[in-house]
Amino acid sequence: MAHDPSYTNQEFKVIGTRPPRPDGLDKVTGRAKFGADAFAPGQLVGLILRSPHPHAQIRKIDTSKAEKLQGVKAVITSADMPDLTNGNRNMLDILENCMARGRALYDGHAVAAVAAIDMPTARKALKLIKVGYEILPHVTDVDEAMKPDAPIVQPYVRTTGVEPKPKKASNVSQVTQFGHGDVEAGFKEADVIIEKSYKTEQTHQGYIEPHACLASVGPDGQGELWVTTQGHFAFREVCAKLLGMEVAKLKVTASEIGGGFGGKTHVWMEPVALALSRKANRPVKLVMSREEVFRSTGPTCSTSVDVKIGAKKDGTITAATATLRYQNGAFPAIWAMLGAMTSYACYNLKNVKTVGYDVLVNRPKVTAYRAPSAPMAAFAVESTIDQVAEAIGMSPIDFRIKNAAKEGTRASYGPKYGPIGIGPTLEAAKNHPHMRARLGKNQGRGMACGFWFNFGGQTCTDLNIGVDGTVTLTVGTVDVGGSRASLSLIAAEELGIAYERVKCNIADTGSLGHNDMTEGSRGTFSSGMATIFAARDVIEVLRERAAKTWEIPVEDVVWEGGQAVAKGKAHGNLTPLTLSDLAAASPNSGGPIAGHNEVVADGAGVSFASHICDIEVDPETGATKVIRYTVIQDAGKAIHPDYVEGQFQGGAVQGIGWALNEEYVYGEDGRLQNPGFLDYRIPVCSDLPYIDTQILEIPNPNHPYGIRGVGETSIVPPLAAIGNAVSNAAGVRMTHVPMSPPRILKAIKSEQAELAAG
Amino acid sequence: MAMRYETPATTKEAATLMAKAKGSAFLLAGGTDLLVRMKSGMIEPDLVVDIKHIAATQSIKKSASGFRIGAAVPAAAMGEHPALKKAWPGVVEAANLIGSDQIQSRCTIVGNLCNASPAADSVPALIAAGAKAAIVGPKGRRTVPVEKIVTGPGTMSLKKGEVIEAITLPKRPPKSGDAFLRFIPRTEMDIAVVSAGVSLTLDNKRVVKKARVALGAVAPTVVLVPAAARAIVGSKLTDDVLEKLAAACSAACSPIDDKRGTVEFRTEVAGVLARRAAKIAYQRAGGG
Repeated sequence: MAHDPSYTNQEFKVIGTRPPRPDGLDKVTGRAKFGADAFAPGQLVGLILRSPHPHAQIRKIDTSKAEKLQGVKAVITSADMPDLTNGNRNMLDILENCMARGRALYDGHAVAAVAAIDMPTARKALKLIKVGYEILPHVTDVDEAMKPDAPIVQPYVRTTGVEPKPKKASNVSQVTQFGHGDVEAGFKEADVIIEKSYKTEQTHQGYIEPHACLASVGPDGQGELWVTTQGHFAFREVCAKLLGMEVAKLKVTASEIGGGFGGKTHVWMEPVALALSRKANRPVKLVMSREEVFRSTGPTCSTSVDVKIGAKKDGTITAATATLRYQNGAFPAIWAMLGAMTSYACYNLKNVKTVGYDVLVNRPKVTAYRAPSAPMAAFAVESTIDQVAEAIGMSPIDFRIKNAAKEGTRASYGPKYGPIGIGPTLEAAKNHPHMRARLGKNQGRGMACGFWFNFGGQTCTDLNIGVDGTVTLTVGTVDVGGSRASLSLIAAEELGIAYERVKCNIADTGSLGHNDMTEGSRGTFSSGMATIFAARDVIEVLRERAAKTWEIPVEDVVWEGGQAVAKGKAHGNLTPLTLSDLAAASPNSGGPIAGHNEVVADGAGVSFASHICDIEVDPETGATKVIRYTVIQDAGKAIHPDYVEGQFQGGAVQGIGWALNEEYVYGEDGRLQNPGFLDYRIPVCSDLPYIDTQILEIPNPNHPYGIRGVGETSIVPPLAAIGNAVSNAAGVRMTHVPMSPPRILKAIKSEQAELAAG
Repeated sequence: MAMRYETPATTKEAATLMAKAKGSAFLLAGGTDLLVRMKSGMIEPDLVVDIKHIAATQSIKKSASGFRIGAAVPAAAMGEHPALKKAWPGVVEAANLIGSDQIQSRCTIVGNLCNASPAADSVPALIAAGAKAAIVGPKGRRTVPVEKIVTGPGTMSLKKGEVIEAITLPKRPPKSGDAFLRFIPRTEMDIAVVSAGVSLTLDNKRVVKKARVALGAVAPTVVLVPAAARAIVGSKLTDDVLEKLAAACSAACSPIDDKRGTVEFRTEVAGVLARRAAKIAYQRAGGG
C-alpha cells in the first residue's frame, strides 16, 4: 500500500515520553550478547599477523612452520582470498585492506591469518610465519603526501576532478569543488578579510567494544556470520562478493553493538574470518585487540584546511572560501569532498567556494566517524568566523545570526533549504542563560555551529500481532542509540496501545528484506517511517477483521484508541473490538495479522546545532578544564527525548576529547605510537561537566512525525566551540587540534615572546 | 611449557626462588603491571613468585624510627592509614594517584618502583621523602636509598634474587611537610607527563632548614635535584626564591619528546610543578 510520508502535525500520546529502553536491563546486567559473546561447537581462535612497517613490498610469506604446528587448522594469506571483484576497484580496495596483496600499506595492515584450537597455539603460529619485507619510503602527513616527490601510496591512482586528466600517479585521488557566486568580486566588497590555516589530527571513534565476529562457512557454500556491525545486510553483500558466495546463502546476525559511530559501517576482518573458516572447515572466532582496533580500523582523517572569509562592517559576509586537504589513509575515498560540502552549510552566502583534496597516506583506511569530515571543516570555518566578528566589532552570536541560512537559502553545496533549524538554534543560544553566566579568571567562552546532511535510504520492516494482542516489531536497522525504544514508541502511538506491549527485534539477514546501515542518523528516521506505514497496514487489516466480525462495511470501522469502533448510527450498539479481541479471534477471522513496509526513505531533513562552552586554561601548564557545555540542536521531533539528549551529549563528549587530547601519534618510522587507551586519551567522566541540552523541534516536512536524524550533528561544533573558548581564555588563537597542553603552552609562550619583543 | 607459580611464606624463601630461577622470573604483588604485561603477550614468565603471603610484606608499621610499608601493601591501604597520612601527606597523595580506584586496591609502591619507569607516580615523592628500600637477598639484607634502585627505564640495581621487602620512611621532625604534583592531560587514569615531589623541614622562624626535591618523567630515571633544594634552603619561599627553584628544576631536566609531551613542555612544567609543590609542602610544614 502506498503511504504519504508528509508531515501531518499529528497529536501524540506516547511519542515524546521517556520509558526505559528494552535492551537496558540486559546491558547493565551483562546478559546482552555482543560481538565476542557468541560460541559455536568446535570453534577455532583466529588471529591476524600485521605489518610492522608503514610501507613495504612483501617479497615472501613462509607459512609452512605455522601450518605444521599442532593445533593449527588453517593459515591464510591473500592467496586464499583471490580477487573476484571483476574490475570493481572499490571492492578490490576493501579486499586489499582486509589482507595485503603484495604490499603492506600501513603499520597494522594484515598480511596473514591463522585459525587454531586455542589462543596460545594461535599466538605461537603467528610467530612462526616468516614475512620477507622490503621496506619502502612512506608518508603519513597529509601536506607531505601532496608534495611532488612524496612516496606514492597507490600507483593506480590518477587524480580525478582535474583537467587535463593526469597520466602520472598521485596521492591526490580526487579534487572536488562546490559553491556559487564570484568570490573574487565578493572579497573586493569586504571591509575585513581574515585568512588562516588550520590542522586537525587523526582520531578514532573509540567505541569500547572491539571488532569481533564468529564466522562459519561449510563446504556446501552456506555460511553464517555473527558480528558487531552497524549494518549486517551490507556486511553480507560485501562478504559474499569478496568470498564468491551467494548472498542468500550467507546469514549475518548483528550482535548487540558496543558503539560504532561509523567505524562499524565497514568490514575490516570479517572476510578474513570467513576465509579462515572456509579453509579450516570449522567455525572461527576473531576478536580484535584494542591495539588492532587502533592500528587497522577506521579512524577519521587528519586534515589541513585554509579558510578565507571577508565581511562588511555591517556584518554581512561578502565572500568565503576554503581549501580542504583530508587524508583518507591508504585507500581513496570522499572525505575531503564531504568537508568541502559541509564547510559553509550554516550560512547564507552570496559568494562561496570550497575545494577538497582527498589524499592518500600510509595510514589505516579512513572510515566514517559521526558526521564524517564536518567537524574539521567546522573547526576551520567557525574559528575564522569568530575572528571576523571580532575584527568588525560584532559579537560572535550576532554575526552568526546575521549570516545564518534560512528556508529558501541556496546551500553552499547546491540544494535550496526547506525549513531549517540554524536560525532557531542560534536564537536559542543567544537567549540561553549560559551566554550570560559570569566567567572566572583564566576562563573563556566559545560557541560554534554545525551542520549534517542526514540520510534516509532503504528500509524494510515487519509488524506482527501476537495471539494475545502484543506486537512484534521486526526491523533491520541495527540499534546503536536506543532506536528499539523509539521504534516501539512509534508502533505504540500508531496502534494506540501501551509502549510495553511492543517488542522490537533486530532481524538477521535471513528474516527480512534489505536494510541500509544505521548510518547518516537514519535509524529512527527511516525505520520510524517504515514502522508507521507497517502499523497503518496492520490497522487496515484490523478494520477489515472487525468489519467481518460485525458484518458491516469496512468504511464504517475506524481505529481509535487501540480499538476498532463502528461509526454511524446504524452500528451504535456494537462494543468496540480491542487489539486483543481481534488478535484472539484471528485464527478464525483470516489468520495472522501482519503489516509490512519497504521504503526508500527520501527527504531526511538536514540538521543544525549551536554549542556554547566555557573553558579554563592554566596559563603556566596549558592544562584545560571544561567548565560548562551546552548543546542546542534541532531534532525535528524527539521521539524518545532521553536518547535524543544522549546523542547530543555523546557527540559533544567525543568532540571534547577530539578537541583537547585525542590524536594518533606517528613516529618518524611511520608506526603508530599510541595504539591504546592509555596514550590515546578519550575523556574520562571526571574530565567532563554535565552536558546541558536543549532540544528544538522544527518538523521535517518529509516525515509523518517530522523526525530528523539527531545522531551526528552534535559532534560537528565542539572542535570549533572549544577552539574559540580556549583562544578567548588563553588570549591566543589556537589553530591546531587537539589543543593539548603542550600545544596551548607553546602558543601562550610564543604570544608572550612576541608581545615582549613588541 | 607451563608457568610455575609459587607462594613463599618468607621473603628469604622468595629470594631463594628468584635466585635459583632458570628462565624468566617475576615477583607478583598487586600484579597491576605484571598481569597486564603477561596478558598482552609482552612477557611470558617461566616463574611467578607471589609475595602476598609473606607476613613482612603485608602491613604498615609505625616505630620510633619512622614508617615501614610492606611490599604487598596496596596503595589504598596507605590512604586509609591516618598516622602515615599525617606524617607523609605527599607520599600518600602520590601513591593514591596511581591508576584508578580499582587499581588502588591492588597496586603497591614497591611494584611502582620496580616497574622502573621514570614516570612512576609514587617514586618522586618517596625520593623527596628520603625513603629507603629494605632488600632481602640470598646473601642477607641491605638497605638502599630509593633513588639508588632504578638505573634506567626498565633496569634496576637489584641483584639476581634480591627482593624488596618494604619501603621505610624516616621519622618526621616537627615543622615538616611534603607534597607531590603530577601533570596529566586528563584528571585521572593517566601517566605523568611531568611530576614533582618536595619535602621540607622548617626552623622556628619558618625558614626552610632542609629540603629534598625530586622530579619524575624528565630524565631516564626519577631525579633528585640538590640544586633545587639548595635554592630554597634558608628561605621563606618568596617569589624570587620560587623562581630560582623552578629554574634549577628546569635545568635538571633531560627529557625526551614522545607521545606524552615535548622536551620544551616537560622542562617548563617541571619548574611550575616544583614551585607549586614547594608552596603546598611549606604550608603543610606550618610555613603558612
